[in-house]
Amino acid sequence: MSTRIENFEQLRQKYEECKRLVEVRADPDYDGDKKFILVCGGPGCVSLKSLQLVENFEKLIKEHGLENKVQASISGCFGFCEKGPLVNIFPENIFYVQVKPEDAKDIFEQHILNNKVVDRLVYIEPVSQKSMTDSLEMPFYKRQMRIALRNCGLIDPEIVEEYLGVGGYQSLAKVITQMTPEEAIEIMKRSGLGGRGGAGFSTGRKWEFGRMYKGDRKYVICNADEGDPGAFMDRAIMEGDAHSVIEGMAIAAYCIGADQGYVYIRAEYPQAVKRLQIAIDAARKLGLLGKNILGTGFNFDVDVRLGAGAFVCGEETALIQSIQGNRGEPTTKPPFPAERGLWQKPTVVNNVETLANVPVIFEKGPEWFAQIGTENSKGTKVFALAGKVNNVGLVEVPMGTTLRQLIFEIGGGVRDGGKFKAAQSGGPSGGCIPEQFLDTPIDYQSLSKIGSMMGSGGMIVMSDSDCMVNIARFYLEFVVEESCGRCVPCRIGTKRMLEILTDITKGKGTLDTLAELQSLAETIPDTALCGLGQTAPNPVLSTLRYFMDEYKAHVEEKRCPAGVCTDLLHYEILPEKCIGCTSCARGCPVNCISGSPKQTHVIDQEKCIKCGNCLQKCRFGAVIRK
Amino acid sequence: MITLTIDGKEVSVPEGSTILEAARALNLKIPTLCYLDLEKIHYKNQVASCRVCVVEVEGRRNLAPACATPVTPGMKVTTNSKRVLLARRKNLELIISNHPFTCLTCAKSTECELQAMAWEYDVQVKYPNGERMHHKKDLSSAALYRDPDKCIMCRRCETMCNEVQTVGALTAFGRGFSTIVAPAEKNLIVDSPCVYCGQCVSVCPTGALTGHSYINHVWNALFDPTKKVVVQVAPAVRVALGEEFGYPAGEIVTGKMVSGLRKLGFDAVFDTTFGADLTIIEEGTEIIQRLTTNENLPILTSCCPGWINFIRYYYPSLEYMPSTTKSPQQMTGAIIKSYYAEKMGWDPKDIVVVSIMPCIAKKYEASLPNQESYGVRDVDYSLTTRELAKILKEGSVDLRYIEEEDFDSPLGESTGAGIIFGATGGVLEAALRSVYELVTKKTLENVDFVALRGLEGAHEAIVDLGDRKIRVAAVSGLGNARQILDKVVSGEEKFDVIEIMACPGGCINGGGQPYTKDRDVVLQKRMESLYQIDREDTLRKSHQNPEVLALYKNFLGEPGGHKAHELLHVENFDASVMSEWEHN
Amino acid sequence: MTEQKSPCCTESNPGFIELDAYIDSLKIDPIDPERKEKLIMTLHKAQSIFGYLPAEVQKFIANRFAVSHAHVSGVISFYNYFTTTPKGKTKISICMGTACYVNGANKILQDFENALGIKAGQVTPDGRFSIETLRCVGACVLAPVVLVNDHVYGKVKQGQAEKIIEEYLVEYGEKVEEQ
Ligand SMILES: Cc1cc2nc3c(=O)[nH]c(=O)nc-3n(C[C@H](O)[C@H](O)[C@H](O)COP(=O)(O)O)c2cc1C
Ligand code: SF4
Ligand code: SF4
Ligand code: SF4
Ligand code: SF4
Ligand code: SF4
Ligand code: SF4
Ligand code: SF4
Ligand code: SF4
Ligand code: FES
Ligand code: FES
Ligand code: FES
Repeated sequence: MSTRIENFEQLRQKYEECKRLVEVRADPDYDGDKKFILVCGGPGCVSLKSLQLVENFEKLIKEHGLENKVQASISGCFGFCEKGPLVNIFPENIFYVQVKPEDAKDIFEQHILNNKVVDRLVYIEPVSQKSMTDSLEMPFYKRQMRIALRNCGLIDPEIVEEYLGVGGYQSLAKVITQMTPEEAIEIMKRSGLGGRGGAGFSTGRKWEFGRMYKGDRKYVICNADEGDPGAFMDRAIMEGDAHSVIEGMAIAAYCIGADQGYVYIRAEYPQAVKRLQIAIDAARKLGLLGKNILGTGFNFDVDVRLGAGAFVCGEETALIQSIQGNRGEPTTKPPFPAERGLWQKPTVVNNVETLANVPVIFEKGPEWFAQIGTENSKGTKVFALAGKVNNVGLVEVPMGTTLRQLIFEIGGGVRDGGKFKAAQSGGPSGGCIPEQFLDTPIDYQSLSKIGSMMGSGGMIVMSDSDCMVNIARFYLEFVVEESCGRCVPCRIGTKRMLEILTDITKGKGTLDTLAELQSLAETIPDTALCGLGQTAPNPVLSTLRYFMDEYKAHVEEKRCPAGVCTDLLHYEILPEKCIGCTSCARGCPVNCISGSPKQTHVIDQEKCIKCGNCLQKCRFGAVIRK
Repeated sequence: MITLTIDGKEVSVPEGSTILEAARALNLKIPTLCYLDLEKIHYKNQVASCRVCVVEVEGRRNLAPACATPVTPGMKVTTNSKRVLLARRKNLELIISNHPFTCLTCAKSTECELQAMAWEYDVQVKYPNGERMHHKKDLSSAALYRDPDKCIMCRRCETMCNEVQTVGALTAFGRGFSTIVAPAEKNLIVDSPCVYCGQCVSVCPTGALTGHSYINHVWNALFDPTKKVVVQVAPAVRVALGEEFGYPAGEIVTGKMVSGLRKLGFDAVFDTTFGADLTIIEEGTEIIQRLTTNENLPILTSCCPGWINFIRYYYPSLEYMPSTTKSPQQMTGAIIKSYYAEKMGWDPKDIVVVSIMPCIAKKYEASLPNQESYGVRDVDYSLTTRELAKILKEGSVDLRYIEEEDFDSPLGESTGAGIIFGATGGVLEAALRSVYELVTKKTLENVDFVALRGLEGAHEAIVDLGDRKIRVAAVSGLGNARQILDKVVSGEEKFDVIEIMACPGGCINGGGQPYTKDRDVVLQKRMESLYQIDREDTLRKSHQNPEVLALYKNFLGEPGGHKAHELLHVENFDASVMSEWEHN
Repeated sequence: MTEQKSPCCTESNPGFIELDAYIDSLKIDPIDPERKEKLIMTLHKAQSIFGYLPAEVQKFIANRFAVSHAHVSGVISFYNYFTTTPKGKTKISICMGTACYVNGANKILQDFENALGIKAGQVTPDGRFSIETLRCVGACVLAPVVLVNDHVYGKVKQGQAEKIIEEYLVEYGEKVEEQ
């Protein structure tokens, strides 16, 4: 297979060779006669059997003896998960949606063999009802700008040559052969890139600290723990373009003087772990990791460390404890990891997306990067758009894009005709953003000004059928479950907040407990040891701020306006509408609906557990929720 | 040096200091619960978990824990703003919202750091309906008593057990609200490697870890007209008990203690120091034997049950190394129930021996199946120094207002050698005083082996015995013991005699001693007092103890002889017997 | 060096032989403080061999790493991924990530709990099924998501639980009653 690349010159040659592999996809002026079928291998599409789809394509190619003319490959998430499984055909760049394994035949026979677009698999834009074959035309993609995701949905992540073919590892080569660490750090600082793991701290400055502190060893850690429930951007990058993360790590290592890196990754992402390991092995074989990289004397290697299901291990000091084989309890900062991190040595911890941005900055220059985004937040941000939104998927937009553009233009608005109520960004550390702020530009400062957070990029859309008190309770429950239990304000304080919130959703809240909730929400951030506790009350604070009327309805009127909090609602059968079809009674898990066939049915309120099945079952609108 | 301002006052402290240390330099009091620094024994708990020490630092977004935040030049700190005081109070309210309100019956009451702080901060009962953790009390061992519901997760015990003692019996278990410090798998303490050194007890700020109380058993015995109740008191008790009655640390209260015990109704008040002298005779004999045959060296001392548990668990293949002599507590008990019983014409079965010890492991030792002679327990109940203070107080005895009295005879006679058993290095020093004279047949002029003294974890010396020079060491604290044993095992170092005490500093720092907030100073005082008693004693070598000599002459026969073996030795630590026992 | 007593007779159990070989391959140096770096990997490995991490396995690992059993136990208890009791043969995991939650995941969970008569975190008495919750498997587009062993069920609707369970009952050779 591949042999070691000894120097920059050989890497350049390799690039020229490999370019041909991907030119049918990456080169708009391609005029060869090859065809290329790219299938999404992201988590959503794989769940819908996209792997089988590729197999089917491969079988057809073989059957027709077209191995040299047609190639089917799998890549990372294309982003438009809502319409998955997705297939893109090059060079003509035709984008098919919701392709089932059995559709391989039609695509192959009509499109590949006969150059006829398969109309039934083409995307129809719901508003204009126009069919669109070029993804770039689609409103979903139009506003996006893919930097961190540049190779996701373009290359096969398991084949290093494809990464090399799109210019992979050129930036690393440039940095280690032509720049001093200080110069490279300067470039990072000029680019304005801020950490995508949540806080947005300048990556260049972080590296500068990492360089400044002395240590006989230093480490670079890629934080791929992605614990935010409902976020999957880092997973997509790891699965779709692991090499760019490794390249970013190597550049970071050169800058600070580290020779060992770790990727700390969630065990819940086996596919990402696998692709990452493949990428590391390939890079090692090529000599792009290991000793004396490109003949420069620079040594750097990367190992994978699995997490084991603890959200708090996304916090950098907890992550370090976890790598050290301990309970993942955070430690106090200062000292920051850049001073004393893994094994007490200077350590730079960066997020996956942060690192994926690094090679591009060196490729296109810091000025190019810095002109994207806003005054204080540069570049793009990837969001995992989910919840009650039409287009669930992975979205990368320039900083400064407004929430409205993100949710309504790209996301296609609220699903099922619901009304927008709030967007939650930043996961359990973030806040709920109400409608009045839809025109807020997305950047670190603006979001925190309105009580939310950029966080790692979860963006959950909520509609009028979501109860904001219950949502706050949901996040608190998460935090209580995930608290490491070390410090008092978080271990006991968040538990007390949860108890108060639960009481409120059960109609047992009072104005006094509401005040206590507020007071806890203010003290806990002030004294908690780590970011988890410090931000834990945010979902409560932001909902208290923007949705006080909903809290009041629960507390004062014992009413849940969204009809979610089961203890505050009950189900009734309207005798005038019930025709006695028995369907509700059969669907009731606790058998509390009585009535003979063709007779009016009645719910025994004592026994009803408010599961809502009857409401769904009744086709005559006889069951109502109050 | 770094200069900063705290509450408007400037202070300079060495680089690396914390805000707390800087504040202390200004005599400003910042409350702490989880933090604990015991410099002398190399113990530092800095987990920053309780968050009651928070202070305001200008320019910092949130409050900073003073105990774990390093100072920086020009830092401006406020320790008592409204924001700070309210946050502290809130955190205390949160702690007590997950705490049982059982102060009235809690072993730690009036000495509990949480209780004291709750009082100082005027905290209110909040969240009365909030969930509280609920764990089973662990009464599984005869020594350590765990009431996890009182645990505030300060983690002091964990640091002590795992880092200083390197026993590794404790861990934080679980996560979030249900986190608890416990043995592996939340098992009972008897199923853990716990050696019952009790060091965790002496650092626990609350009543979550205490010793098993035998006060009621002892009262019952005292009130039982059919029983003869005899008490013996360990050397280290007399220099610590005073603290519980308002005396300064290190006050020697031997005479008052004896008369107090008599007032409680004990039929005889004896001195475990007698047993210590006896130990030296037996152990000394064994040392000389092993030195002569040059086999099974080094010989390790066996008077500390915490240490014996440790070697048994962690170095089972070295079980032949410790001397087979029983500890002074057990020897004294065995002699009371044989020699003394015979002398008094009492049936050993009617005698209850109570020991007063600085120690928690002694409770465990007293309960072991192999610690009996002729079918009766050597020691029936072992009380700690703290329990002695309580039982005296309950029995209306205030040490301050009573006369001094002497121990009863014959087991009241002791030498300075026996007394210094209470501090690290003392057993070895005592042994050397006798071994030297027995081997060289010369009089030891300078009996003070100063090289072996001091609170530091390890001391060593080379002693010239004429024919040969022997290399000896005295080690206290199990972490230090581990280090030296590893060297012995690897052959890196060779010794002939090693004394090991489980508690850093020895029994003066035992897990049963009065709680103190100023441990480094207090330990020093207790130690100095022991050496003072020794210095002022007319007899300073165990083999000069006339009552011990009489005991051999009239009863035991030869040191190391048959009868001595029956009463004063345990033949090898049969681990299987012990573990069977533990599971019962 | 600590020579703790070996806690179990391991020779006869093939699982222990495999684990032993794995740990051998890690070349643990018992006095190197950095040895613990490989502890969590080893726990993953052990759980993949035994299915769970009972006390004997913990002690075995503790012994090989020259750390206390308490340490290993404390670590295991910290991470959700590790379990000290066997899971059901069929592991049903309901995603409770935000995207799934706002799409009704809690009702789906209730459905499964009702259908199997156990709560999340429990195993059916016959050991066949266990229910767990997890947080976002990255397939939010399919919310609410249920994972049965490694198979993803997307957009699960209320009332579908029984049907999914039946698919697996068939595997156990169970006759599914016709209604
Ligand atoms: C509770 C908590 C969870 C976190 N989870 C993650 C995570 O999953 N991924 C991540 O990259 N950063 C996470 N962070 C942020 C990290 O601590 C750290 O700031 C980040 O990895 C630094 O990388 P960056 O500078 O590239 O953003 C988390 C922080 C906290 C407090
Ligand atoms: S804030 Fe929460 S997660 Fe962070 S250290 Fe404290 S208890 Fe642990
Ligand atoms: S809500 Fe559920 S439990 Fe109540 S009546 Fe309807 S089906 Fe039965
Ligand atoms: S499903 Fe509707 S119509 Fe049918 S019995 Fe129930 S309430 Fe009546
Ligand atoms: S531990 Fe302290 S606060 Fe708790 S019951 Fe005992 S004395 Fe009271
Ligand atoms: S302090 Fe208060 S609660 Fe305690 S015993 Fe006295 S009166 Fe009762
Ligand atoms: S008594 Fe000693 S060994 Fe036992 S738990 Fe406490 S510190 Fe550890
Ligand atoms: S048992 Fe005591 S010392 Fe240990 S953590 Fe709990 S309160 Fe602290
Ligand atoms: S050193 Fe003394 S107090 Fe400590 S365990 Fe040993 S005998 Fe007991
Ligand atoms: S998984 Fe296929 S587009 Fe996201
Ligand atoms: S004493 Fe500082 S946090 Fe506990
Ligand atoms: S929230 Fe369930 S898969 Fe993402």
